[in-house]
Amino acid sequence: MGTGGAPSLSILREALIASETQITTIAMRRVNPATSGSIFDLLKELKIAPLPNTAGCYTAGDAILTAQLAREALGTDWIKLEVIADDITLLPDPIETLTAASRLVAQGFVVLAYTNDDPILARKLEAVGCAAIMPLGSPIGSGLGIRNPHNIELMRSQLTSPIILDAGIGTASDAAQAMELGCDGVLLASAVTRAQKPDLMAAAMKFAVRAGRDAYLAGRIPKRWHALASSPERLTTKVQASNSVSRSPKSDLPTISAANPEEDQRESPQF
Amino acid sequence: MNIILNGSNEEVSDDTHLSDIVLKLSNSSTGIAIAVDNEVVPQSLWLSTTLHAGAQVEILAAVQGG
Repeated sequence: MGTGGAPSLSILREALIASETQITTIAMRRVNPATSGSIFDLLKELKIAPLPNTAGCYTAGDAILTAQLAREALGTDWIKLEVIADDITLLPDPIETLTAASRLVAQGFVVLAYTNDDPILARKLEAVGCAAIMPLGSPIGSGLGIRNPHNIELMRSQLTSPIILDAGIGTASDAAQAMELGCDGVLLASAVTRAQKPDLMAAAMKFAVRAGRDAYLAGRIPKRWHALASSPERLTTKVQASNSVSRSPKSDLPTISAANPEEDQRESPQF
Repeated sequence: MNIILNGSNEEVSDDTHLSDIVLKLSNSSTGIAIAVDNEVVPQSLWLSTTLHAGAQVEILAAVQGG
């Protein structure tokens, strides 16, 4: 789960507990003497591993320095690499992301790369050594769910790395869908922190992820153009034209005729 | 002397150490990291690191986000 967007530390605390998340993202920002309460201390108390991210960075250079600072501050090699192109769309800058990923891997970081839903870019990020690929479903905070499930499925079929759907999840069914497409996990913040009842939504997400994962592992039925009956076929194929219940010795189901043949002679009502 | 602390001009005494600046900004030293002139300075060196005039000092902390 992410921590961005929660209205207060206490609400965030309840949501984190309800979600049963084991890893949570935090951002690095200039120290503000006015802030009270520490997210770092909260995560320590809940025994949740912090995953620093480079949110707010627009260039590979910024992201790399932020990652180095985060490693120093938190004592972890893990970094969620996020390099955005502008502050309106918040879409990842693919070129800066790939450049930063390559250099961070070389510096010994465990890089979880936030990216778009392009399977080719995902392949390149995997090739430079990212530990996980994190494609967006739709823009950060938009709650639009997974806009291109076909691409996510393609990505799953082409990569061996873990895939974590990150950004755009709006409600539980989006999280379940991500898992059904073969993702190894989801990362979400706004869907929970900005919900009317964050702790209830966090629990819903927990169940959705489990349900989606089990559905994926269970091997779903294929989608069919036409119906496939699930009850056995009846033995009799002839419909008896009488107005009594008939029981053909070969059938395993009684037949009741649809209409009284005498009534068929009456005039149809005028409409 | 003048340094640039978190983007703003700041007047500090000539023998200020990094550890003094951290104390001014925060009552905790966990979850904090410092870069001077775009180079990370490990916490073990904060007590011994002094600054030069015009030094660009960034002090970051873990916050809600992401």
